[in-house]
Amino acid sequence: MIYQKITNNLKDLFDRSHDSHGMLVLELSPEKVLPLVTRLKEEFGFDLFLDVTAVDYPEREPRFDVVYHFYSSNQNKRIRLKVQVPETEPVVPTLTGLYGSARYLERETHEMYGIRFNGNDDLRPILLYEGFVGHPLRKDYPIDMEQPIVEYRKQVESGI
Amino acid sequence: MAMMEFLTTRKDELVGWVRKFSIFPYPFVTACCGMEFMAVSSTLYDTDRFGAALPRFTPRQSDLLMVVGTITHKEAPVIKRVYDQMCEPKWVMAFGACATSGGFYRNYSVLQGVDKIIPVDIYVPGCPPRPEMVIDAIMKLQDKIASERHPILPFEEPNPVKV
Repeated sequence: MIYQKITNNLKDLFDRSHDSHGMLVLELSPEKVLPLVTRLKEEFGFDLFLDVTAVDYPEREPRFDVVYHFYSSNQNKRIRLKVQVPETEPVVPTLTGLYGSARYLERETHEMYGIRFNGNDDLRPILLYEGFVGHPLRKDYPIDMEQPIVEYRKQVESGI
Repeated sequence: MAMMEFLTTRKDELVGWVRKFSIFPYPFVTACCGMEFMAVSSTLYDTDRFGAALPRFTPRQSDLLMVVGTITHKEAPVIKRVYDQMCEPKWVMAFGACATSGGFYRNYSVLQGVDKIIPVDIYVPGCPPRPEMVIDAIMKLQDKIASERHPILPFEEPNPVKV
């Protein structure tokens, strides 16, 4: 069983592991991300980078979870990594050296949550526009705050 | 010798009658309402019966802008520019709940109704609206066009530009 092998062989590269609906979840600290993902890719065949996103827990310290998903196409198995980062220094290393698709996914996570990816030199907005202030998917972003680029009409009248 | 036949009418009524049966829509389709737009413009419901079937694929040749679907803030400059490129006379239909009011999206990304940036002549609520509602809206718009002033002669005051 591949999950057994991962938890046995890589046990110094993560802090905790558990099972979530049949998928292995590993929790680790930011500096172990790169060595762990490198070994997962090279030894265990996790060749597809599915997603990176973040979860905001405003009350918790450290505040953010950065969540990675990988898929192994020849074993049909998925794995999830969770990395806790604090609000004061929300930095994780980039995975662009291992997976090309990380470029776009990291750009999206950067604009939505303000997570910085050390080593990704192209963190321009991808879904938002230039000039947008703040990170809209953080819990402290006001839910109805808009930042229009086109000036609104003076008076909004219906049908005239 | 044949009798001279002639007919009298008001000029605005005549021009309005002509214009209301030659609506050239420009469908600005951004979201799922587009499926309903396809349904209403094809054979079963057939907007051709109202003279509003032939979509123009450039705003410069059209006179009805149909905003079909959600408009985001990132897209707002595009639709503003499309509207500005259309020649007078021009009308705007907000098709569906999102174009009318933002619909159920109340967040950082969605424009809360396309009338915040361009003037709208007729609103069609619904998520998506039934084809019957769209046809009803086209007929109401035709009534509106027919009853409007149509200054086309050189000495007439032009209509104020809608902004």
